[in-house]
Amino acid sequence: MSPTPYLVLSVILFTIGGAGVLLRRNALVAFMSVELMLNAANLAFVAFARMHGNLDGQIVAFFVMVVAAAEVVVGLAIIVTIFRTRRSASVDDASLLKL
Amino acid sequence: MISTYSTLATAVSTQAEHGGQVAVEATGIYSWTWLLIAFPLLGAAVLLLGGRRTDRIGHLVGTVASSLSFVMGVVLFVAMLGEGDAERAFTLDLWEWFNAGGYQVEVSLLLDQLSMAFVLLITGVGSLIHVYSIGYMEHDERRRRFFGYLNLFVAAMLLLVLAADYLILFIGWEGVGLASYLLIGFWQHKPSAAVAAKKAFVVNRVGDMGMVLAVASMLAVFGSSSYSLVFANAENASTGWLTAIGLFLLLAACGKSAQFPLQSWLLDAMEGPTPVSALIHAATMVTAGVYLVVRSAAIYDLAPDARTAVVIVGAITLLMGAIIGCAKDDIKKALAGSTMSQIGYMMLAAGLGPAGYAFAIFHLLTHGFFKANMFLGAGSVMHGMNDEVDMRKFGGLRVAMPVTFATFAMGYLAIIGIPPFAGYFSKDRIIEAAFAENWVYGICALLGAGITAFYMTRVMLMTFFGARRWKQSEPPHESPSVMTVPLVVLAVLSVVGGAGLLYLTGDIVQWLAPVTGEAHHDLPMPLALLVTLTLLTVLAGVAVAWGMYGRKAIREDVPAGNPLTVAARRDLYGDAFNEAVLMRPGQYLTRSLVYVENRGVDGAVVGTATAVGGLSSRLRRWQTGFVRSYALTMFAGVGFVVVAMLLVRLP
Repeated sequence: MSPTPYLVLSVILFTIGGAGVLLRRNALVAFMSVELMLNAANLAFVAFARMHGNLDGQIVAFFVMVVAAAEVVVGLAIIVTIFRTRRSASVDDASLLKL
Repeated sequence: MISTYSTLATAVSTQAEHGGQVAVEATGIYSWTWLLIAFPLLGAAVLLLGGRRTDRIGHLVGTVASSLSFVMGVVLFVAMLGEGDAERAFTLDLWEWFNAGGYQVEVSLLLDQLSMAFVLLITGVGSLIHVYSIGYMEHDERRRRFFGYLNLFVAAMLLLVLAADYLILFIGWEGVGLASYLLIGFWQHKPSAAVAAKKAFVVNRVGDMGMVLAVASMLAVFGSSSYSLVFANAENASTGWLTAIGLFLLLAACGKSAQFPLQSWLLDAMEGPTPVSALIHAATMVTAGVYLVVRSAAIYDLAPDARTAVVIVGAITLLMGAIIGCAKDDIKKALAGSTMSQIGYMMLAAGLGPAGYAFAIFHLLTHGFFKANMFLGAGSVMHGMNDEVDMRKFGGLRVAMPVTFATFAMGYLAIIGIPPFAGYFSKDRIIEAAFAENWVYGICALLGAGITAFYMTRVMLMTFFGARRWKQSEPPHESPSVMTVPLVVLAVLSVVGGAGLLYLTGDIVQWLAPVTGEAHHDLPMPLALLVTLTLLTVLAGVAVAWGMYGRKAIREDVPAGNPLTVAARRDLYGDAFNEAVLMRPGQYLTRSLVYVENRGVDGAVVGTATAVGGLSSRLRRWQTGFVRSYALTMFAGVGFVVVAMLLVRLP
């Protein structure tokens, strides 16, 4: 089995996700883009695990999912709070943390 | 017993005292020696800590504390007279002060013939001056504090002379320095008094450096600073070290005893109340330097160069003080110049070695009597003249103040050395010893005697004889009896003190010999001739003074005077010298150091800080607060790392 198509798909997804994080102002979209990048990485892990015929990559993929789930919980809570206080979900508006 | 711990010390089985006397552990009455110090110390504590509550009884407490100490001293002296000639030294170990790294210091007292003489002088003259001060300070609202300081002084001075260890002596040494400072500046509302106190303190610090260096050298060479170990092992030390220690001790003595080149503070110290001048700056404290040299006889005996330095310092000061005394119109300053000069005599004698130690102490004791007498007399005159000190405004006071005049005259006859007054016995012997050692020393001493006669006659004539130059409405009055009784006692001592001491101790040389050793000197001329020569010199001094101040009326304005007089009025430019040689360069040095500090050291530090600050304010701009730009930086960074890894991993 050749991993190339999976890796190509993974790179495409990662690039879309990265571009989303860098370019979109909406915090929710940026957040979703982060998820996309994580899942692109997962896909690469799983593809390599399949190629090598062991379970290491699969285990790491599970870890990534758990961490991603936890991150969503915390991140969404922060975004909701910011939205409530500032009436905006734009990441550029929340640029107060500087000298 | 002082426990022995160093290799040097273990070689000494007995506590050999210089001069062959062995100090034994104090028993019986001698084990109460500590009471001598305890009485005045307790008095000082009560008066200084008790505050205003003790205001009414302050003078009594102070006088009683000092007198009890005197009574104790007399009891000990009588007991000591009953002992054998070389069995009069007792050590009393009180407690261990510290024991660290091989150095052990015990708080122990040494009562021997030398310290006994000082104990009697300090407590005796001290008590008389306490009594006198009751009258003199009557109208001063801080009288209680004054007596507290006086008691503190007496306690510290007794500790100084009773210590059996240079470090313990040093405590007393600093204690008297403190008391002197407090008492010179007692009238602190007068700026001149405050400045004088500060000056005395600072100059004394210079001397104290010598003391610290001496003690440190002793610890380095002998491993101990206790008299017994230092003196017993002095022979084993190198001459270089002994000379160094001798010179350090001399520096200390110069500071405390106002000897050249540290003499400048004593004349200013006359700003203090007159009883203080009498007790501290004439009779006792300023003689501590002489005590130090005589006590360290074992070191000086083995360091002839250091001894020569002592003699030279003594000779210079003896002439300097006398010349200054000739030109001063302030009665206290004239007496202060005289004090310097007389202590110069003592130093000269102490520098002559075993031939002179006993004479130095003898002169110190008689000087204590007659100089305290004259200072108190001067105080009595001031008391009657509304604190006027300018002798040009005195004159003819012998009628108004007969008791003061009579007692002052006794002191006058004693200091110029007319037989059979006290000063004759002691000064004449110093002149003899000086001639026996060296013609130059002898001529200095003889010349000093002549000048002494001149300036003391001048003081006498300007104050008590001639026309009345005072202008106050009510005539000067004689002082109350609480002041005149001490004067009378001291006058009696000035008359009989010399002969009396010789009688009581059976020749003072014999008395002190177990402590200081003795040496017989051969005079280069018959004794009778020398005595006649001395008396003729003295009479010549008196005659010249009579010619200048007795026959002619004394001008009330200050005459211009010859260059020497002008110089003497300015303390022979001692202050100017210190200012030009020490103070100005010191100020330049500190100023340039401050400049280097500000521009160099501080410049480097501040410059670095500014550079870091500037750089960080540039770097700070990168922190924009925009999350997306941070993310871009991260992406770029990760990309950079990946590319770098790929480049490195490429075969």
